[in-house]
Amino acid sequence: METASGGSGGWFDRSRTVAGPGFSRWMVPPAALCVHLCIGQAYAFSVFNLPMTKLIGIHQSAPGDWKLTQLGWIFSLAIFFLGVSSAVFGRWVEEGGPRKAMFTAACCWAGGFLISAFGVSIHNLWLIYLGYGVIGGIALGIGYISPVSTLIKWFPDRPGMATGMAIMGFGGGAFIAAPLSVWLMRKFTTASHIGVMETFVVLGIVYFIFMIVGSIIVRVPPAGWMPEGYVPPRQNKLISKNDVYVYDALKTPQFWLIWWVLCLNVTAGIGVLGQASAMSQEMFPGVITPIAAAGFVGLMSLFNMGGRFCWATVSDYIGRKNTYFVFMVLGFVLYCTVPHAGAIGSVALFVVCFLIIISMYGGGFSTVPAYLKDMFGTRYVGAIHGLLLTAWSAAGIFGPVIVNYLRQYNLAHGVPKADAYNNTMYIMAGLLVIGFICNLLVKAVHQKYHMKPEADEPALDIAGEAAARA
Amino acid sequence: MSNNQNGTTTLHLVLAWGFVGIPLVLGVLQTLINAMKLFQ
Repeated sequence: METASGGSGGWFDRSRTVAGPGFSRWMVPPAALCVHLCIGQAYAFSVFNLPMTKLIGIHQSAPGDWKLTQLGWIFSLAIFFLGVSSAVFGRWVEEGGPRKAMFTAACCWAGGFLISAFGVSIHNLWLIYLGYGVIGGIALGIGYISPVSTLIKWFPDRPGMATGMAIMGFGGGAFIAAPLSVWLMRKFTTASHIGVMETFVVLGIVYFIFMIVGSIIVRVPPAGWMPEGYVPPRQNKLISKNDVYVYDALKTPQFWLIWWVLCLNVTAGIGVLGQASAMSQEMFPGVITPIAAAGFVGLMSLFNMGGRFCWATVSDYIGRKNTYFVFMVLGFVLYCTVPHAGAIGSVALFVVCFLIIISMYGGGFSTVPAYLKDMFGTRYVGAIHGLLLTAWSAAGIFGPVIVNYLRQYNLAHGVPKADAYNNTMYIMAGLLVIGFICNLLVKAVHQKYHMKPEADEPALDIAGEAAARA
Repeated sequence: MSNNQNGTTTLHLVLAWGFVGIPLVLGVLQTLINAMKLFQ
């Protein structure tokens, strides 16, 4: 049996994933997408909420049926454990290699669905909290970071584009999961039974197969591999050629500045993402109908996904720091424009503002791995990325709280519904000003944090040894 | 030891990208169709 460092053989061993001659690096993004498209299902979990409130009553909720407030905890737990597991298991993922991490994520993700299916069948909500919330949440964390450093190593010339492709998959997973889940539930539902349990079982099996395919085709590059004709960029203070050990990164101001940059960018985006439907209808009463609002939310999801790829790709050309400057400055202008769009009744301006805002929300997620690579090198970038994702968990609390409570406060103080979000928009713009300052303060990491050659751990040299043997 | 001594063929690439691309494109199209209601 192989060790965590992956040094003693076995299919999961890091050394078994070293690419041989003639392997195309363009096989790696689909491997990463196999995982990210599956775990991206989390964004579509809400399609199960209403059916799960009628498991006993079938046509309507009956006494004993679960309430929406109870079911809301499933997604919250999963996102919480995403942050925790990516931080806790980041180093293990980095040293064990992508195949082991993807396989573990597949087992946890499928296992989470199967445990949840059992929970539905015996109507035990705690089993669903454990299955989807805890075990599924761990799969989210491990799966999310598993291909990041591998992609960066394969695409040193375009690290933003490479990680953007994978993280785009996380945004796109819901597009597949939502219609598939609805279709499966319809197939399995009868006059006396709602087909949630069977849908969970099928999804668990399908996602397991999909993720295993990813773990089979993923490869790490041999030590020292570079793309043909690649010329490393000239000396750039903001692109380090040195690596920083994962826990030393925590001691640097750069880590925490980027943590705040991500947290503030996500806070601004996540707050409006969750409220987009209600906000659009309340700002344009009678103009944007509930059906149109649903279309607006779908369009926002597409821009969220597209922004992940486009902005991360742009960052390869203009630099990571400049990309975040664009997010902060353009975001500030757009958030300040939204109340004006409401005041003049321009739906088109409102929609354009939010589509660009949400594309930058997605872009913030997908650009950050390359930003970390620029600061801390490639060696532990996956693990450092895992630690940084705690910013996401924090933003998941701040964003909705700011939007919801400010709206309530405004309504309680007699502000008309159509204007209730104006203060929120200005506060979001203010958050981006703080994010701008944090980003401005990011400088090159001090050399005292750089890893020394003698401190290199043998675990990650397996790739080089394997290449030499091949 | 490496798992991949024979190299990647175009067929490998088409299969791998098709495996993830087809479901994603179908999902995106479905979402676009729904989003069009915003403009009706």
